Amino acid sequence: MQYVWDFRPVWLNFGVLLEGLVNTLKLSGFSIGLGLVIGLVLALGRLAPTRFLSIPATAIIEFYRNTPPLVHFFWYFYGLPILTGISLTPFAAAAAALSVQSGAFFAEVFRGGIVSVERGQWEAGRAIGMGHAQLMRRIILPQAFRRMIPPLMERSFELVKTTSLAATLTYGELVYKAMVLATQTYRPMEIYSTIAVMFFTVLFLASLGMRAVEHRLARRAAR
Amino acid sequence: MSYSFQFGEILANGDLLLRGLKLTVLLFALAFSGALVCGLFIGLARGSARRLPNLIATAYIELFRNTPVLVQLIWFYYAMPALTGWQPTAFTAAALGLFLNTSAYCAEIWRAGLQSLPAGQWEAGRAIGMSEWQLLRRIVVPQAIARMVPAFTNRGVELAKMTSIASTITVQELMYEAKMLSTQTFLPLETFTVVAVIYFVLIYPGTLAAYALERRLNSKGA
Amino acid sequence: MADATPVLAVEGLRKSFGPNEVLKGIDLKVGAGERIAILGSSGSGKSTFLRCINFMETPSAGRIVLDGAPIGTQGRGGVLAAKSAELRRLRTRVGMIFQQFNLFPHMTVLENVMEGPVTVKGLKREEARAKAQDYLKRVGLAEKADQYPQRLSGGQQQRVAIARALAMEPEILLFDEPTSSLDPELVGEVLDVILGLSQEGRTMLLVTHELGFAYHFATRVLFLHEGRIHEQGTPDEVLKNPGQERTQAFLRRFSAFHF
Ligand SMILES: Nc1ncnc2c1ncn2[C@@H]1O[C@H](COP(=O)(O)OP(=O)(O)OP(=O)(O)O)[C@@H](O)[C@H]1O
Ligand SMILES: [Mg+2]
Repeated sequence: MQYVWDFRPVWLNFGVLLEGLVNTLKLSGFSIGLGLVIGLVLALGRLAPTRFLSIPATAIIEFYRNTPPLVHFFWYFYGLPILTGISLTPFAAAAAALSVQSGAFFAEVFRGGIVSVERGQWEAGRAIGMGHAQLMRRIILPQAFRRMIPPLMERSFELVKTTSLAATLTYGELVYKAMVLATQTYRPMEIYSTIAVMFFTVLFLASLGMRAVEHRLARRAAR
Repeated sequence: MSYSFQFGEILANGDLLLRGLKLTVLLFALAFSGALVCGLFIGLARGSARRLPNLIATAYIELFRNTPVLVQLIWFYYAMPALTGWQPTAFTAAALGLFLNTSAYCAEIWRAGLQSLPAGQWEAGRAIGMSEWQLLRRIVVPQAIARMVPAFTNRGVELAKMTSIASTITVQELMYEAKMLSTQTFLPLETFTVVAVIYFVLIYPGTLAAYALERRLNSKGA
Repeated sequence: MADATPVLAVEGLRKSFGPNEVLKGIDLKVGAGERIAILGSSGSGKSTFLRCINFMETPSAGRIVLDGAPIGTQGRGGVLAAKSAELRRLRTRVGMIFQQFNLFPHMTVLENVMEGPVTVKGLKREEARAKAQDYLKRVGLAEKADQYPQRLSGGQQQRVAIARALAMEPEILLFDEPTSSLDPELVGEVLDVILGLSQEGRTMLLVTHELGFAYHFATRVLFLHEGRIHEQGTPDEVLKNPGQERTQAFLRRFSAFHF
């Protein structure tokens, strides 16, 4: 097998790929930020003492966790405008799908962290007369937060990978730029390998960073 | 806001979706069964004290976990043929990509499961003269499996969701048929709603099973 | 004590967990300054009884009356429901000390003690700080104010927990086996603090297995058995000359028990 590698098209168009990477990170950052807010709301809803809140929150969480992201991308891009009359840009549709879905996953991380706080902490707070909201804000969330950071980061890396699906909505993130370049240059091998390396570099470095953070948290917990 | 839904037309095309669904299930079954087995060997290599197998397994796992599945599928379908001269069908490329991807995750589950067993169990097996393979089959796996089943189930759920990405390389599974249907009928809202529900009905039992298994495991105090 | 309104009155208190009835009708009047030690074997319902008083557990039937005012909405069978605002007020008036201390690990000792006054009672931080320092001095831990709880011994942690309860300036203090999870050599320092409080004339209810301590601490001793008050009286009556056979049997099991 004599394949002649030719990376020239990649170097010549590297600016395009970089632009794609920036768009990937832009979409990721936006969706993570919004997803965290949605996740916190859903988690507090699920843990709320009234069913009026906990049932809908649970339904949303379970539905989004158990359906493929691609369906949501299409639903938000092609379906939602019919309902609302407002058409979304590829970026907006992708960001909406990503933030709601990762919000559902983040919610479970938040909830897991919250319920992992020992019962005695809830009791001690209640015993000095704290209400549900005070207890959450002052006692439970500060303790839960530390335990949530590693899984939240892991979930965020998943989200970065999922942003690639925005290519199917023609949003110009890394995969989409690569597809366009591949058809222009007839060099799919080199181009797709390059973007794989780019994704790998970003995500691998991020996960190394996460391990460092985890390490520091573990040390601080032993204070 | 007073949009009137037309689910009837989507349901009338149920056979189309059903055809796609069959392919989805097939993709899932092939990739998952392969990955469960293959993951064991990669997991063993990953947990091995020997340098080379460990390095290769680690590289493999990290590579597949740190790149998007979409890129992996595209790579197998569009890029690999240029290198090897072999052009797999879309289905083969998708099955291969999903299988290799899931193997990487299963390997980590296997490794963690095998390591969770006390060293004394391995030693006891060796002490009565078992081979490594016998040890694995008769002593280690039977004990570790209960602890790993929830994680494998979760992985199955992730894989089931991932199969939809095969549509992007023209595999005619459920998501692909849904896209076709939505353009034919001009009813994307109804189509994708119905398809989301189909996926949910398919996948949610898996999640419920994982919850139940985890709870049983925790109550056993394992 | 019969003439004045009791600080705390428990009337026909029952509590079930599912089909398991743990408290089967408890009546008790507690006068100001009374110190009540509650004894009983494991599972007799001692903790449940204490926890019903400050509604950490909602009673299934009966009433809890504080200073003549019953807690919660009353139905025929007793309390029906209580609003969360009322419960919060109740808990500022009835302090609780747990077997496991339950200090807040993300706050310093001083912050632990300040937390209730600031967050629940709305005191100014400076005021709460001065008060917290006062109570820490009272339990002998002024110099530990800026440490985190994990750094402290169990005995020190429990003393902080007592200061935290005191800082709310409650009318009644509930202790649920405050020394049971301490190493034997640390029990004394906590009991000393509690004895110190009894000299201030505070109203206290205390569940304990330290019979010698109960004898010196209490003005009245209750023996709980299968969810009922089986015997009660002065420490001399209950601990030295118990009238009931079960109480005698219970006391016999504490061989190393000297007054
Ligand atoms: N939250 C609960 N749910 C169900 N059952 C409970 C609960 N709390 C207590 N119980 C049951 O009530 C009974 C009495 O428990 P309680 O903790 O009041 O006993 P105790 O006298 O304090 O015992 P110990 O000396 O062991 O602390 C036990 O059988 C216990 O299993
Ligand atoms: Mg108890």
